[in-house]
Amino acid sequence: MRHLAAAAIVLLSAAVIVFFALSPGQGWWLPPAASTIAQPIDALFDGILITATVGFVVVMALLAWAVWRGARPRADRARTVHGHLGLELGWTAAIGAVLVTVALAQLPTWAALRDPAAMPAGGATATVLAQQFAWRFGHAGDDGVLGTADDIETASELVLPAGEPVLLTLRSRDVIHSFFVPALRVKQDVVPGRAIPLWFTIKEPGTYELVCAELCGLGHHAMAGRVRALSRDEYDAWLALQSRARLSTGSEDRR
Amino acid sequence: MSPTTHSAAGAAHQRGWLRTWVFSTDHKVVGIQYLVASASMLLFGGLLAMAMRWQLAWPWTEMPILGKLLFPATGRVISPAFYTSLFTMHGTAMVFFAILPLLTGAFGNFLIPLLVGAPDMAFPRLNAASFWILLLAMGLFLAGFFVEGGAASAGWTSYPPLATLPSAAPGSGAGQTLWLLAIVVSGVASILNALNAVVTVVKMRVPGLTWMRLPLTVWGLFVAAVLQLAALPVLTAGGVLQLADRWIGSAFYTPMGLMVNQFAPDTAGATGGVPLLWQHLFWFYSHPAVYVMVLPAMGMVSDILSVNARKPVFGYRPMVWAIAAIAGLGLIVWGHHMFTSGMGLEIGRAFMISTMMIALPSAVKTFNWVATIWGGRIRLTAAMCFALGFVALFVIGGLSGIWLAATPVDVYLHDTMLVVAHFHYIVFGGTVMAVFGALHHWFPKMTGRALSETLGRVHCFGTFVALNCVFLPMHQLGIAGMIRRTADPNVYALYQHLEPLNRFVTWSAFALGAWQLLFLVNVVWSLRSGIRVGRNPWQASTLEWEAPSPPGHGNFDRDLVVECGPYEYGDAVGTNDWRPQAKRT
Repeated sequence: MRHLAAAAIVLLSAAVIVFFALSPGQGWWLPPAASTIAQPIDALFDGILITATVGFVVVMALLAWAVWRGARPRADRARTVHGHLGLELGWTAAIGAVLVTVALAQLPTWAALRDPAAMPAGGATATVLAQQFAWRFGHAGDDGVLGTADDIETASELVLPAGEPVLLTLRSRDVIHSFFVPALRVKQDVVPGRAIPLWFTIKEPGTYELVCAELCGLGHHAMAGRVRALSRDEYDAWLALQSRARLSTGSEDRR
Repeated sequence: MSPTTHSAAGAAHQRGWLRTWVFSTDHKVVGIQYLVASASMLLFGGLLAMAMRWQLAWPWTEMPILGKLLFPATGRVISPAFYTSLFTMHGTAMVFFAILPLLTGAFGNFLIPLLVGAPDMAFPRLNAASFWILLLAMGLFLAGFFVEGGAASAGWTSYPPLATLPSAAPGSGAGQTLWLLAIVVSGVASILNALNAVVTVVKMRVPGLTWMRLPLTVWGLFVAAVLQLAALPVLTAGGVLQLADRWIGSAFYTPMGLMVNQFAPDTAGATGGVPLLWQHLFWFYSHPAVYVMVLPAMGMVSDILSVNARKPVFGYRPMVWAIAAIAGLGLIVWGHHMFTSGMGLEIGRAFMISTMMIALPSAVKTFNWVATIWGGRIRLTAAMCFALGFVALFVIGGLSGIWLAATPVDVYLHDTMLVVAHFHYIVFGGTVMAVFGALHHWFPKMTGRALSETLGRVHCFGTFVALNCVFLPMHQLGIAGMIRRTADPNVYALYQHLEPLNRFVTWSAFALGAWQLLFLVNVVWSLRSGIRVGRNPWQASTLEWEAPSPPGHGNFDRDLVVECGPYEYGDAVGTNDWRPQAKRT
């Protein structure tokens, strides 16, 4: 019986570690990183994973050993030990130090995501309008200002320049949605009644899937979109093309 | 208490089946009523989970056999609307109607008076009332499946405006109203029950049972009750506000200018509502609720480990302080559920730090558990196996929580399957394992018969393996970016290669569910044919083992004076390897 109990703990630990070690090779892992913020986020993720793995191995080894040794059939009694102040202080201090280190290590990245001082000014901007169960986007037209008559609207596909910071303004028409682009490591709830800024820098041109991450109703699972990142030149060309197309079709009725 | 009052109470006990087992105010009967009701909800919630797993492995596929019975209108497949009801009702059933009442209701009521040497709870009628009120709440909750539009479908978190506006989702009609009534009514029941628990522990301890001699089970249940008193009124009030939004157009949670499914919400002229208000009110209780679910479990596990290692709990005082620290910090970490809601820089930092810090007392407890069994003379009873399983699985759930505390990493992982993996390791791997352990440990006291140890160990081992097969791969699903609450992961190219993992999880979930039948068999068999036990089958120190098994009305047939702490085991406690906590007078 004690063999089985100790083995269960050891096997679980081994299975956890092997499974985590094999997962990246299967693609069951973080998608390839496509934004500048992804690098520090993934580094934090890895750092915590390594720290947690060390803690996990230590605790599981102690636990399995204690069960293995303790469950031997023996006639003598255990020592009546009520505790040990030094040990308590020791492990409290050690774990506390690790947690404080992790807490401090993630402050700069959180600031990069949320500090208004880090918000890009004057670069590319776009608006995101979420509704059940679709995404609509607005890009500044010739005048370079959003919310004017020459805005270029797209559905499902948000077009952005790569290699420079972009600033989005997120609004919802009905319920809460969440703007989640796994490859960019950004996720921001879109809360009705508020206009929420979100900024990031896409590293390379490419197309990245946009997922609605907050339950928004029965079509939540199908509220898919795309972010298409172009080089600055291609982006300018795309904007110009869209403006011309809008003018030539004479669709001046858009708000 | 004198022997005469006990026999008088015993005589009053002979009152027929209905008064004894249904309309009883005896804390043990109320506890067992809670146990049966909440275990039924656990079973029901588990079945809902199976249906969800079916959909995630084989989206929009005809369900064999059951599909014909359950979904005749939608071609034997789960509809998108019904899927949203499934996870909403699964989460609600498990949190509010299974796990919380299992701990605070079933074990809280059964164990607190026995462990503090009291004849009953402080307010026996109130105690029975809180059970019946909870039963009403369960009825309201289940009624949701039978109304137009179906059961509530805005998630167990019920975020407005999805939850509050009937045009936003089919389940946000009558189903959501019933859901809210169920939550408010169950809130009232839990507050009454918590009040009773607090007063009983404060006022009804037997002479000599000082605070620092209380078993950790009592500490866990007591602090959980204090947490409920502090935080549950907030959620209950929040629920009333949501009802007001639905019934009188008050718009606490509805901002201006919405257009929902072609309808502008009718807010009767009220303006300026804020959806995020609900998230604060909801999580102000529903995060501490996690600690209400886990602190009593930690307490019971501490007791089971000590008894079966024949060694005192290591670091009793640090354990008590850790419980208090978890509860105190537990009240100021709710914001970590809202890191992606648009939370500002500084407030995010504050919630990040409180969340990181709550890992400290949890880790200290883990080291104390290991130290408790270290050098022990371990008896691998079924209860002990479950308690060891609790420790191992709680460690995994705790460690994955560090990712979610680190704000930038949480931004990526929030609302993914990793969150689902994390809290199931805490609530299933942790609390439910502890509940099974506690049932094996205290079943003899409840019924006078022991559960089958062999069957219990087999059940424990299989549950441990299957549970990991279900919840471990969910980490990978979340790390790969798969969101929770999706009815069809294959919509995104990003998730399609996860299909083998999703199918493996589903098969494992079916195995896990089927394996639980062993426990039902064990209970039924042992109730009839289990080994009859005396007062103290485990040679345990604490007071409940001084009472007969099962204890009569009034519990104790002899007067007790407590002389020592609850964990007197080992070589220095007298002629045996244990010493009873109380002296008989």
